[in-house]
Amino acid sequence: MSHQPSAISHVGGRGLPVRGNDIDTDRIMPARFLVSVSFEGLEQHVFEDDRKADRSHPFDDPRYRGASILVVNGNFGCGSSREHAPQGLARFGIRAIVGESFSEIFQGNAAMMGMPCFAADRESIDRLQTLVEQNPETTIAADVQSGAITAGTLRFNATLPPALRDGFVSGQWNPTAMLLDRFDDVRAVAARLPYIRGF
Amino acid sequence: MAETLFHKVWNAHAVRKLPSGQTQLFVGLHLIHEVTTPQAFDMLRQHGWRVAFPERTFATIDHIVPTRAQRRPFLDVMAEEMASSLERNCRDFGIPLWTPDHDNQGIVHVIGPELGLTQPGMTIACGDSHTSTHGALGAIAFGIGTSQVRDVLASQCLALDPLKVRRIEVHGSLRPGVYAKDVILTVIRRLGVQGGVGFAYEYGGPTIDAMSLDERMTICNMSIEGGARVGYVNPDETTFAFLRGRPFAPQGEAFDRAVAWWRRIASDPNATYDDRVTFDASAIEPTVTWGINPGQSVGVSEAIAADPQDEAFAFMGFRPGARVTGTKIDVAFIGSCTNGRLSDLEEAARIVKGHRVAPHVKALVVPGSKAVSRAAEARGLHQVFIDAGFEWRGAGCSMCLGMNPDKLEGRQICASSSNRNFKGRQGSPTGRTLLMSPAMVAAAAIAGEVVDVRTILDEVHA
Ligand code: SF4
Repeated sequence: MSHQPSAISHVGGRGLPVRGNDIDTDRIMPARFLVSVSFEGLEQHVFEDDRKADRSHPFDDPRYRGASILVVNGNFGCGSSREHAPQGLARFGIRAIVGESFSEIFQGNAAMMGMPCFAADRESIDRLQTLVEQNPETTIAADVQSGAITAGTLRFNATLPPALRDGFVSGQWNPTAMLLDRFDDVRAVAARLPYIRGF
Repeated sequence: MAETLFHKVWNAHAVRKLPSGQTQLFVGLHLIHEVTTPQAFDMLRQHGWRVAFPERTFATIDHIVPTRAQRRPFLDVMAEEMASSLERNCRDFGIPLWTPDHDNQGIVHVIGPELGLTQPGMTIACGDSHTSTHGALGAIAFGIGTSQVRDVLASQCLALDPLKVRRIEVHGSLRPGVYAKDVILTVIRRLGVQGGVGFAYEYGGPTIDAMSLDERMTICNMSIEGGARVGYVNPDETTFAFLRGRPFAPQGEAFDRAVAWWRRIASDPNATYDDRVTFDASAIEPTVTWGINPGQSVGVSEAIAADPQDEAFAFMGFRPGARVTGTKIDVAFIGSCTNGRLSDLEEAARIVKGHRVAPHVKALVVPGSKAVSRAAEARGLHQVFIDAGFEWRGAGCSMCLGMNPDKLEGRQICASSSNRNFKGRQGSPTGRTLLMSPAMVAAAAIAGEVVDVRTILDEVHA
């Protein structure tokens, strides 16, 4: 991943609807694929067990081939903090996720790789999923600053946590450089902490 | 001003407000393991960064270790590669590492408190969502992803938004056969698996005050299953007594000075909370999950009531209105960072003693750490389990997740003391997990099916 990230102000592409609440990261990326020292090849295993159990899983549906915006329901990405889950999705070609809600760790991990997770109300998400299911060719456009999501005649507002939103828009979504910026301040805080000073 | 522990600890560790509006937060203790770090070290190398505070970073190997034969090289070449990669990274960057041939090795969330690394008032991070466990000692502990592991390695800091604090107050005494696990399953059931998003959970009240550190760890461990990234209990005399004498805890007079600071860091009595909820411990009964997320649980005397369309019914094979008791099990697993500590094994052994594991059940006990294993063996617990037909294994994550040889097969049903009943969690895509207390797992292993542990406890007392 690059450390001079560029600004992300718009994301656009066709949609890939995956319905269901509480889809955890064990389902997105089963643990056996974590036995590796790199993220390479994870795109081949996204939702692997769900897809084996259900041959009509949206990730295998030819109508959604090439789609880049995942449309999900509530509490997406709950459970394990494994970054392998958003890594697999990104490597599969997903650029943004629109859903009812996300687990905090997942949303933060996705942000670290420049993948915004937009949250909107249930009804809007349901309409978007239905629209994409009926017209897979529809292009979804998401505006990062305003949170406006448009697809065909459908238009609604979604939100991103403000800090993540500003990070995408300013191109500072990867904070390492910022965190290293004033290392003297870090040392000063450390030096004040009783458990570092030896009480 | 009256403040919560969360805010006091946050303020003590805040470096500055970042341009993004987030806080740059100093991390007092960084715990790492083999699964979520190799890519972080790669990123560090790419940029020529060093580890900022190697002396505040500690590593262990837990997820991938086989629990039967722990000798190196591991049979699984990928697992061996992960282990040796962590060894190389720790060597190159000057980080202490406890491999399976070391006395301190174990599940990262078991060894932190056990070694006294985890202390009240610290900020702690680990690339693992159950890092919330460490909050049992009054630390603010965050589960993070691999990119954040890179950040903490490089800068010892995280960029975070503050959380709201919900006080979860538990009153009343737990009835015999009801444990911390039942309490937290009940909390998650009522508040929901995403009820804690945006919150830190502060557990308190007389029931929590009366709990041991092991029990508090079980509770804090599963905060994340309720959506809360952080869970904690204010430090008190029980905490101080637990820490005294541990290898990495302050020693001598420094310990007394530490206690004075730990007392001050606790939430003030009149602190204000963003939300408060109350639970009655005496109303909780042994609880078992029937579904595919940790919020889908029922008490042993209850019928399963949920939307019949819920996909959990088809996956698990339960029918609406059914009870969990009487469900035949194939595997019984006692272990994990939720319930793999000495007191968990003691309680399970008390139930197992003098009984035999049902012939069709494969039962295993996996201590959470080498130290737990040694202490259990010193008390002869291993013999109780072995005599009853359990397998007594080496320390590791084992059957909590499918990253090592301990896995469910096919549609097996497992009575498990772990924390996640997600589809496929225990290594078989169609495997089924019933979460419950270690005592309930022990009872199920003996009966061959889910039973109310109190029926066996009555015998123990009689
Ligand atoms: S025991 Fe389970 S939950 Fe705990 S760290 Fe290991 S895999 Fe994660």
